[in-house]
Amino acid sequence: MWSRIWALIVKEMLSVWRDRKSRFVLIVPPLIQLAVFSYAATYDVTDVTVALFNQDQGLASRELVARLQGSPTFAKLQVVDSEAEMAAAIDRRDAMAALRIPQDFSRRIEAGQGASVQLVLDGRRSNSAQIAGGYITGMIIDHNAQLAAKAGRSAGSTLVTRVWFNPNLESLWVVVPGLVGVLTQVVALVVTGLSVARERELGTFEQLLVTPLRPWEILVGKTAPGLLIGMAEGSIIVLASQIWFKVPLTGSVLLLYAALAVFLLCTIGVGLFISALSSTQQQAIMGAFFFMVPTMILSGFATPVQNMPDWMQTLTLVNPVRHILVVLWGVFLKDMPAALVWQSVWPMAVLAVVTLAGSAWLFRRRLY
Amino acid sequence: MIIIFRRLWALMRKEVLQIVRDPSSMVIGLVLPVVLLLLFGYGVSLDARHVTVALVVSDPTPRTASLVSAFSNSSYFQVEEVRDRRPAEDGLVSGRYRGVVLVAADFDAKAARGDEAPIQVLLDGTDANTARLVKGYAEGVWAKWLGHEARDHGLSPSVPVTVETRVWFNEALESRNFLVPGLIAINMTLVGTILTALVVAREWERGTMEAMIATPVGRLELLAGKVIPYFVLGMGGMALSVAIALGLFHVPMRGSFWVLGVVSALFLIGALNLGLLISTIAKNQFVAGQIAIVAAFLPAFMLSGFVFEPSSMPAWIEALSHIVAARYFVTCLQTIFMAGDVWSVLLPNAGALALIALILALITLKRTRKSLE
Repeated sequence: MWSRIWALIVKEMLSVWRDRKSRFVLIVPPLIQLAVFSYAATYDVTDVTVALFNQDQGLASRELVARLQGSPTFAKLQVVDSEAEMAAAIDRRDAMAALRIPQDFSRRIEAGQGASVQLVLDGRRSNSAQIAGGYITGMIIDHNAQLAAKAGRSAGSTLVTRVWFNPNLESLWVVVPGLVGVLTQVVALVVTGLSVARERELGTFEQLLVTPLRPWEILVGKTAPGLLIGMAEGSIIVLASQIWFKVPLTGSVLLLYAALAVFLLCTIGVGLFISALSSTQQQAIMGAFFFMVPTMILSGFATPVQNMPDWMQTLTLVNPVRHILVVLWGVFLKDMPAALVWQSVWPMAVLAVVTLAGSAWLFRRRLY
Repeated sequence: MIIIFRRLWALMRKEVLQIVRDPSSMVIGLVLPVVLLLLFGYGVSLDARHVTVALVVSDPTPRTASLVSAFSNSSYFQVEEVRDRRPAEDGLVSGRYRGVVLVAADFDAKAARGDEAPIQVLLDGTDANTARLVKGYAEGVWAKWLGHEARDHGLSPSVPVTVETRVWFNEALESRNFLVPGLIAINMTLVGTILTALVVAREWERGTMEAMIATPVGRLELLAGKVIPYFVLGMGGMALSVAIALGLFHVPMRGSFWVLGVVSALFLIGALNLGLLISTIAKNQFVAGQIAIVAAFLPAFMLSGFVFEPSSMPAWIEALSHIVAARYFVTCLQTIFMAGDVWSVLLPNAGALALIALILALITLKRTRKSLE
């Protein structure tokens, strides 16, 4: 029996590997994606251009401007001379934010009355603009503390912010572990999603069904290539994260691999299910797409799950990518204990069992 | 001339019949964009509202109570009061809390003496974007509380400079308003590219494409006959998406519809040609599907400026993003929907879209000839 399964696994591996184009597709794009997307998927807001409209020529405003100019966050402080120019800089997307210092600013500060500045953000990019606005507000808070110190009085209270797990808020530390899940999913889905559909189109699947192989044996044979290729690719990304990207790996590598294997089985189950359900490759590709795109976008990789409406958060419980991301970020950055990892692994295990059993059932069913 | 039109007409009829009879093209062209837009319109949000934070107050006093209520009254936070530091920190590891606010036991005593009484905020760095936003929100709540405290105790404002923030084009800071136009661009990339990539790859696979090339039909006619019907289908999907964006998600529409139409048409022509090009290179559906994901969907998702800001990326990636048509389309859509017909933004971006469409069409034309030989 095992030799039968082994023969099938060898055949499946060969059929993926033999075709030059499909071999290329499995190796090159994931590496390019790793290189490009780990740098591209960034929520950092750097090189911001800020338009500055200073209506006040007093000392206090010049001190404030000097503080902004000294900051490395802003690429350019674009000085404008009128309200209209300020508006145009935002409209044209030249500046993401604009700061207007009113005429009476220095006078009010010197009189100890407290003054206000106006900050305009480009709402077309409200997330980045909000973060850039946060930087400016932070600088003004520092500036206030300095003014208070100079006046010789205590600010009353201080707010100290400390970021855990990723102290400098490095996007790479978040994105690269996330890519372990996202990219292996794409590969595993593509390898398995087309395997049955292609054989059906070519008529070889019927031949496979009339061999002594049982459905579950076929299932094992069809699962192995996806699992092997997925684990290999996952390992490459994990290695790259350590050697090239220098992302800390605080938790247990064993836990990471165990969770990744369950995740891949789950993805392969879905891929085989789609494949067994469709009669042409085109349907299989579309099915894989319909699964891949939502699971990726609604996973928490790009935007947090907690921001979704409650009903949709519940819906994402059946999204394997959501669970593996919790594990990946947990194991890489948070040294997550096994008990917490298990909370994310068991839903994937349930999904894997259901989809794999379902596709084994479909293998036979679709023949009639 | 008449014969060319008759041939073209016949080709288009054949293609339309194929679309009508094979539901999968209709599904990609019309159902896919609607389903994706609905899912993402609800699911993709950068608005961190009601962020669950733990507030650790080890020694409650009236002063700490006023701080707690300042946080609870803010719509940004959902506060859970905790006595001990330990469960709050565990909650940060498990993801239950996205931030922890620590008020030390001697907070009240220090504040009463006029010393600096520190408040510590711990954030979860595995979600860098939310961490930055939450930091900003916490600073805002704290600054406001400080002002109230000073006023209640009859002191002069201890905050010399205050910031009044105005957000143009998106006053309520709804991330949906800029994400939905971006999502439309991603959907149209998917629809346009996959539609032609898969359909034509199938024809190559079955050999019907070679049969077509062998007929007296010219290459230009052949390609036009393919592109035009799918163009109509894709524009139908676009119209549905815009209807959903305006009707369901209440995205503002400050520009004009004809500009939206022109820009979308330019983008769609480029995407359809990219699909054709992929199918002529790949010639089988498996590879075509893969390349469509890699060359169209992922760049549109990552490099278009839909959520990630290209100007913040390393220079070589930013340079790369300039060849992604979706980048120009996202910029155009965000401007048309939220700001209006700002020609200084729209003209250069629409020009880039036209240029990309033209280049892709020329390459496709050339590749089709090559594959004949």
